[in-house]
Amino acid sequence: MSAGIELDNVCCDFGSFRAVDHVNVNIQPGEFFSFLGPSGCGKTTILRMISGFTDPTEGVIRIGGTDVRGQRPNQRPTALIFQNLALFPLMPIWENIAFGLEVRGVDKAKRRKRAEELLALVDLHDSADKMVSQLSGGQKQRVAIARALAVEPAVMLLDEPLSALDLKLRQHMRAELRAIQKRTGVTFIYITHDQGEALAMSDRVGVMSQGRLQQVANPRDIYNNPVNGFVASFVGENNILKGNVQAAADGMAGFETAIGTFKARLPETSAGKAVKLYVRPEHVALTNAAGAENSVPVTLTEVAFEGNFITVHAVTENGTDMIAELRNDGAGSVPASGSKMHMTFDARNASLLPDSTTTGA
Amino acid sequence: MHDLYRRYGKGLTYTFIGLTFFWLIVLVVLPDFKLLEASFRPYLPVADIGGPKDVYSLGNYAQIFGNEVPFSIFGIEVMIAARIKVFILTIFYSGVVTLITFLLAYPLSFYLAKVASGKTLPTLFLLLFVPLWVSEVLRSFAWYIILTLKGPLNALLMTLGLISKEIRWIDGYSPVVITLVYAYVLFMLFPLYNAMQSLDSNQIEAAEDLGSPWWRTHLRVILPHAKPGIASGAVMVFMLSAGSLLVPAIINSTTGNWFTQTIQGIMLEGQDWNAGAAFAFMLLLFCTLAVSVAMRVFRVKLSDIAK
Repeated sequence: MSAGIELDNVCCDFGSFRAVDHVNVNIQPGEFFSFLGPSGCGKTTILRMISGFTDPTEGVIRIGGTDVRGQRPNQRPTALIFQNLALFPLMPIWENIAFGLEVRGVDKAKRRKRAEELLALVDLHDSADKMVSQLSGGQKQRVAIARALAVEPAVMLLDEPLSALDLKLRQHMRAELRAIQKRTGVTFIYITHDQGEALAMSDRVGVMSQGRLQQVANPRDIYNNPVNGFVASFVGENNILKGNVQAAADGMAGFETAIGTFKARLPETSAGKAVKLYVRPEHVALTNAAGAENSVPVTLTEVAFEGNFITVHAVTENGTDMIAELRNDGAGSVPASGSKMHMTFDARNASLLPDSTTTGA
Repeated sequence: MHDLYRRYGKGLTYTFIGLTFFWLIVLVVLPDFKLLEASFRPYLPVADIGGPKDVYSLGNYAQIFGNEVPFSIFGIEVMIAARIKVFILTIFYSGVVTLITFLLAYPLSFYLAKVASGKTLPTLFLLLFVPLWVSEVLRSFAWYIILTLKGPLNALLMTLGLISKEIRWIDGYSPVVITLVYAYVLFMLFPLYNAMQSLDSNQIEAAEDLGSPWWRTHLRVILPHAKPGIASGAVMVFMLSAGSLLVPAIINSTTGNWFTQTIQGIMLEGQDWNAGAAFAFMLLLFCTLAVSVAMRVFRVKLSDIAK
């Protein structure tokens, strides 16, 4: 049984500091939802409010349609996986996993049997009687997941559970987590500051900054259609140009900058706001001759050959730094540092976006 | 040793080590050996010391037997040597003191380690320490005054209407137990506090998140983690209580003799240092035994306590 979660105008203050600022989001049952943001953006506070360890100052939290204000963590149908996992080091693995069942008065033989089933589910056979200290980081991770699944929660809450693992294991566990979520159908709410993790695993991502939810969308829209500069910069890299909107029509606009006028998309959410031009390095091409539009003459300052792609750093005539990321197509030659070339980009790949501070609530 | 040598040079290093050895060997180990040796020698007139009658025997240890008095255990009355009775009661009530200090210190140390905010902590610790600035003698006398028949405690209970007739507090072992608990509760509190502080608060939250009520979280997560602290606190309180002379000497009732008072009587009033030494070693031996048994029962290792 999985449940949806509704955050209705939720705020949380710590003294005079507002950690979470009017967050509204409706998470569907069975969804894999990620809160993505830098540390201190309030994402962990949201998780603690859902699990019941912190009370919202304002607003309502509903789990499966029920207002859970006033319910203690041990009364809520949620299971939290802590950043440091918080396994019980003095209990063997199976007792760790069966702790939630022990609390519910399940008899010992049944607890043991269920613990072994869950160990099999997370691919950890024959570890029932080991101690926590005998397991590796990835194995502990699985035990923590099994322990949370044992109580058959309607919602699983995960607080950067992969951050302590090395890169290889992290990538493996991503797929594993996603698979477990699909298999169990439980709603997963995942907290991370790693954009790759959030984009790769989630059905939807909520990007947060300074306690505010900046954008909620599926991973593709978060990356391709960010609503503001914060989302664009936090998720992936950008070339950012300052300037003024000239003429706007049909979602496109002319944008006058110190190094020329460019055509770019002007999303509805940006209308009437002070905007900057954002274009991703992989959407920038490098040519010898100037293009018809959206073309900037540059001098290459650094060319880094990184195998599957080539990163080119360049500087414009007025000293603005630009980055282009070129795919290595195998045959093409690598441009030389110091050469004078043109950087061009398609108007559809450039967006005019306001800073995060001017949007928000 | 190497560091010491490099930092302070030859002269100071040897002085430090020399003084430490002097303290350990001359002031601690040698006097104990002298007493141990003396405990096997008979109590003789000065002229006979070193003479043919001065031979080693277990005679002093055997003095614990004799002079049988009734003693009831679980309602069954048996005859037992008066000194053995005092001995058993001393060990038993030291255990009671240890248990009460634990029951008092556990919630308090949990509060200090996991609930109290960082701002109030120094004040709370100061409040705990302030009574220690007064000497143990004065504190024992203070309890004597509090517990007397017409004293403030009875007066308070009467005023509140909780009792209709004054309670004779200074009777049996109650005054010693009460005062020892007061004197040594901090020796239980601090190891417990240290142990609980080292517990990751996430584990408490994880247990609660999995649905555990507070008492089960204590039983399954917090208490097992604090076990080494409980053990070291219990050993200290138990040993200090069983070996305390000052508290029972000041506050004891006529019906609650402490074994250290027996030893003191033999040594100072009877002037028989040899028999006194024998009794002191018996106390040490049995206290150590009691602690070892308790450690075995509660499955605590010596290395846990040392942590």
